[in-house]
Formats: sequence, structure tokens, C-alpha cells
Amino acid sequence: MHRFANPARFTRLADRILPFAAVGTVVALGVGFYLALFVAPGDYQQGESVRIMYVHVPSAWMAMFIYVAIAVASAVALIWRHPLADLAAKASSPVGAGFAFLTLVTGSLWGRPMWGTWWEWDGRLTSMLILFFLYLGHMALLNAFEDSQRGYRAAAILALVGVVNIPIIKFSVDWWSTLHQPASVMRLDGPTIHPSMLWPLLIVAVGFKLYYLTVVLLRIKSELIAARLRALDLATVKAAEVQGQAVQG
Amino acid sequence: MEEITAFFEMGGYAVYVWPSLALTVVIMAGLLIATLRQLRNRQRRLAELEARGVQRQRRQRPAPDPTAQPGAETREARP
Repeated sequence: MHRFANPARFTRLADRILPFAAVGTVVALGVGFYLALFVAPGDYQQGESVRIMYVHVPSAWMAMFIYVAIAVASAVALIWRHPLADLAAKASSPVGAGFAFLTLVTGSLWGRPMWGTWWEWDGRLTSMLILFFLYLGHMALLNAFEDSQRGYRAAAILALVGVVNIPIIKFSVDWWSTLHQPASVMRLDGPTIHPSMLWPLLIVAVGFKLYYLTVVLLRIKSELIAARLRALDLATVKAAEVQGQAVQG
Repeated sequence: MEEITAFFEMGGYAVYVWPSLALTVVIMAGLLIATLRQLRNRQRRLAELEARGVQRQRRQRPAPDPTAQPGAETREARP
């Protein structure tokens, strides 16, 4: 794993993966949205409003997936001091926050016609809102310290503590069956959703995963360059100081 | 023509379906564009800095110490 701690090696690997990830994203999202909008049927109860599902559900999966990825990266960073793990966590949280926000807003837009309300303090909705705030807290902590290492450490601890919220989101629909419907895809006894809706959903979900891979690789590359810029700035300042002392002495 | 209108009406749920899809596109595209912009800016700054000063620093790096001990791998090779 530490082989990829070398920035040059990581950047080479990322540059090799990126074209495939980018093309895969475009293809999967193209096919997925085509199927979701033109081929998949309307729901027998919800009519055409069910098409919101094809962005709402994959967004929710991504919001949770990215949070778990951040928690794993944070554990790796805290235990093994892997320098890229901190960068991966930092690169991920804006993307996760975006998907959590999308989940909340598209859920609200779906809830208004189907449930008759934009928002309810239901277990699933509330725990998803907490996930969104955890992302914001993670991003804020990363930038809260002069010393970036302290920021990474604080954010990693928050990410690990907050991971308890993930099973709460997952099982909230079983523990408090107030409003949000229970799982129909991620079930032990297999999905209860019809294949004509399941396939578009899964293809969009693959597209979202590839999108995350693309964006996170670009962001890690960007963070590596930022670190190099900081080191160069520091070296320039030091060189100027040394020169100044030489002139004085 | 009627089919197209029906498609955009989304069975009466147009005001909920289209904003959901539009917001998804806006946020995902926005994040990607912001990421690419930041990357390009940083790449440009690094290229500028490197063009100015990094070669000088490379030259200042001390040469390897000729009195250094032989590598550990030669010692480990002995039975």
C-alpha cells in the first residue's frame, strides 16, 4: 500500500485510470438516464414521479458509500500514517456532501407529491440530514487549523466517530417505520423491485460510482500539487531568510 | 408532438421530476468543473515556480557521501 505513497507513482497510476473512469461515467450515465427516462415504466401507484428514484436512490447510496470510504481512509491515515489516505479523505468529502445534499433535495421533491410533505422528522430523513452535517463538519475541520496535519487528524477522528450513523441510516426504515419506505433493492432475500426499474437504477448507480472515482482521482492529484506548491513556497521563504542573514552578517 | 408534450409533462409531476434531474446535473457538473479548474490553476502555478527556481535547488543538493557504509543488501546476502 505504501508503494502508492510516492506522489509521482500515484499520479502515473491515476493518469492511467482516469480516461477509462471518465469514459465509463459518460457511457453508464448516458445509458442509465436513457433507460430511466424513456424505457422504464411509470409506477402503478406513483405514476411518473417514480423517475425521481433514479437520481434519489443512487445519490443516497453514494452519500453513504463515500462516507464509509472516508472513514476507511481516515483509519488508514491514523493507524499507518499513510499520507495519501488523508488526501483521499479530503478529496472525497465535497463529493459526498454534494450527493447527501442531492439525496435530501430530490427526496423532498419526491415526498411533496407522494407523502404530501416536503419534510418530516422521520428516522431516515433525519439520519440523512445528520450525514450531510457530518460532511460539512469534516470539510470545516480540515480547514480549521493553521497546521494542516492537525486538521487531518481532527477530521479523521470525526469521520470515524460519525461512521456509527451509517448503520443508523440503513436500518432506520426498519427501526422507525414512520414515513420512508423500507429497502427494496439491498435486501437479504433479493430485490423486490421489478427488473425493468432495477436495471436502469443499477446502471445509473454504476455511473455515479465511476463519476466519484474520476472526480476523487482528479482531486487527489490536485492536492498533491498543492502540497508541492506549499513545499516550494516554504523553500523559497527559507532561501530568502538565509540570504537575508548572509547579507546582515 | 403530443408524445413529446406528454413526456415533458411527466404525468403531471413535471415540477417535481425535472428540478430533481436538473439539480443532479448541476451539482455533479459543477463539482467536476470546480475540480478541473482548481487542478489547472495549481498545475500552472507549479509549472511557473519550477521554471523559475527548482532547478537551482536541485543543483544545491549535496552529492552522495563517498564514505557511506556499503548497502545492507550485500551484508544480508551472506549466509
